[in-house]
Amino acid sequence: MFQRKFTQGCAACLAFASLCLGPLTAVAGDTLDAVKKRGFVQCGVNTGLPGFSNADDQGEWTGLDVDFCRAVAAAVLGDAQKVQFTPLTAKERLTALQSGEIDVLSRNTTWTLTRDTSLGINFTGVSYYDGQGFMVTKALGIKSAKELDGAAVCILAGTTTELNLADYFRTNGMEYEPVVFDTADQTARGFEAGRCDVLTSDQSQLYGVRLKLKEADKAEILPEVISKEPLGPAVRQGDDDWFNIVRWTLFAMVNAEEFGVTAANVDEMKKSTTNPEVRRLLGLEGIKGKGLGLKDDWAYQIVKQVGNYGEVFARTVGSGSPLGIPRGLNALWRDGGLQYAPPIR
Amino acid sequence: MKPQPAADKTSSRQLPTWLGWLSRSGQRPSHWLNWRDPQVRALVFQALFVVGVGALLADIVANTLANMESRGISTGFGFLSSEAGFGILQTLIPYSETSSFGRTFVVGLLNTLLVSVLGIALATLLGFVIGIARLSTNWLLARLASVYIEVFRNIPLLLQIFFWYFAVLQALPSPRDSLSLGEAVFLNLRGLYLPRPLPEAGFDWVMAALALGILASIALRVWSRRRQARTGQLFPLLPAALGLIVGLPTLVFVLAGAPLGWELPVLRGFNFRGGITMIPELAALLLALSIYTAAFIAEIVRAGIQSVDGGQTEAAEALGLRHGQILRLIVIPQALRVIIPPLTSQYLNLLKNSSLATAIGYPDLVNVFAGTTLNQTGQAVEVIAMTMAVYLTISLLISLFMNWYNARSALNAR
Repeated sequence: MFQRKFTQGCAACLAFASLCLGPLTAVAGDTLDAVKKRGFVQCGVNTGLPGFSNADDQGEWTGLDVDFCRAVAAAVLGDAQKVQFTPLTAKERLTALQSGEIDVLSRNTTWTLTRDTSLGINFTGVSYYDGQGFMVTKALGIKSAKELDGAAVCILAGTTTELNLADYFRTNGMEYEPVVFDTADQTARGFEAGRCDVLTSDQSQLYGVRLKLKEADKAEILPEVISKEPLGPAVRQGDDDWFNIVRWTLFAMVNAEEFGVTAANVDEMKKSTTNPEVRRLLGLEGIKGKGLGLKDDWAYQIVKQVGNYGEVFARTVGSGSPLGIPRGLNALWRDGGLQYAPPIR
Repeated sequence: MKPQPAADKTSSRQLPTWLGWLSRSGQRPSHWLNWRDPQVRALVFQALFVVGVGALLADIVANTLANMESRGISTGFGFLSSEAGFGILQTLIPYSETSSFGRTFVVGLLNTLLVSVLGIALATLLGFVIGIARLSTNWLLARLASVYIEVFRNIPLLLQIFFWYFAVLQALPSPRDSLSLGEAVFLNLRGLYLPRPLPEAGFDWVMAALALGILASIALRVWSRRRQARTGQLFPLLPAALGLIVGLPTLVFVLAGAPLGWELPVLRGFNFRGGITMIPELAALLLALSIYTAAFIAEIVRAGIQSVDGGQTEAAEALGLRHGQILRLIVIPQALRVIIPPLTSQYLNLLKNSSLATAIGYPDLVNVFAGTTLNQTGQAVEVIAMTMAVYLTISLLISLFMNWYNARSALNAR
């Protein structure tokens, strides 16, 4: 009797196994179809970083990275609200993108050669030019990062920050004690409790973390910026159509700012403008949505529902937000910044 | 599968012995692959099953590799030899930012082993004390032990780790206001700083004396056992061994002119440097793991001791054994049989729970290797596979050792 049962079990097992072994393939170009079929964009964001991606007291996600996801949804589906946000830690984010759990990773992630070449992902552009800085308590009386020899430094695990920090202290012949935490909140708590003298992170994050401290005025951000941190959205390699859509979403936002198209005036512009560049942006003439496989008004929807780059920046991290970060490197190229988008034609 | 009884030699003479075992009893030598024979069928199906499982595993691996290849994710273990480029808070072996990713693996592994070994030792000690206290005839002591067990067993470990970490950090002063003991030992929220012993010339003699003392004590134990077996006379082994192991090296140390220097921790800049540091992350993790696991061990110990019939103690008393002897010779050996199997599980749990270290930034294997290294290299599959293999190996080793010890102390069936 036992043998008989065993035989049946074995056969069932093998049948199940052969089911499991069906080929798992990712065909290029299928992300757009999958998103349209699903009805929403799956976007990987930060678990909590004021200004970039943070859930407010109503549970609504706000921030620059979050709004970029909404812009993608507006371009692809015509509705900026059709996004599902997946909060990810620094350690989880790349795997989540690689494995297909998310369609876009928009989570203050630094564009590096390694990430572009060996992880199977591609960065689509730079949504925020950042650099690594240091935050100290004012009581220490420190004016420069060069005075930090022997300091205990709180860092977030799994970031390029860890490597920059090591490089900086080594090249300046200084010693340090790395205290590595898993989330930004724990890092801030460690800093608050006095476990470390310095907290290091991208400058933009330092402003955000500082806001979260119980006594924000006791902390001070040092002037040194020790690295280049171009932060941008990333997609999986091998789907060039989807790559183009995400890349041109950002370009459309930057172009809109350059031409002075805002959420408020976009409808009027669409009706009355004679400027050929604006007409091409809004899908009234030229290539329209054909090249991207989207509706002709894809860029109009972005600006109408989310806003242009300058508007989003001001609302989330810039002058109109509690962070009050100046445009700096993130100003348009004609204002002395680095934000520059290729022409839509 | 169990080996089959040896086949009947006369009927299976034409076949090699192992083939003879295949047929149930060798009654039908000419049809030794008879399908109707349940033993043959069982063997065939088991072989098929093993092949099936093997093929499934091979296919999973091949499929993963193919998919990673098609998605442009690099694979292989080559990353282990490239430069890590990040710092680690606590390293038991020399490590710098220029060391390889392979070395970060070893550093993380040693940190995991450090906290696990210390945790197992502390939890066992504390668990036995609490377990015995719970059986105490002193009402207050027994109740206190019960409260301890119920409180610490029923609060999630992660919360306890956070509690101890932030409690430790909040309670301690900053480096500049450190608590100090004779300007040699310092305690602040960056850690506990102890002087580091620096052996000087002549210290080798002290170590030699210590080794000699230990060897002599072992010899003495063997001799006293034999003498007791022969004559029944007892020998005061403990004071003699103490004298040999502690006294002898001390004497040599004094005679050699105290050949030991101390490197004292000194406050320079932000923090103390020099000496030995115990970081607060280690302290908090160790405290939380030991206190939590000790609560379980205490219950195991209580159950073990209660499983020994009280009549045995009375019988031993009637034989004239002293209280300590009853515990050591009668109760504990029998209680251990009940204690060891569940105790093994607790040790395994402690090892695996130590991976919660990552929550408070203690640089264990999961934090350093499956955290930072994984992220810097992006080799998720390889890194996680290596990490899992480590926990599996250590757990199996602990299991193996405890099974051996269990078999050794098990009751011989009579």
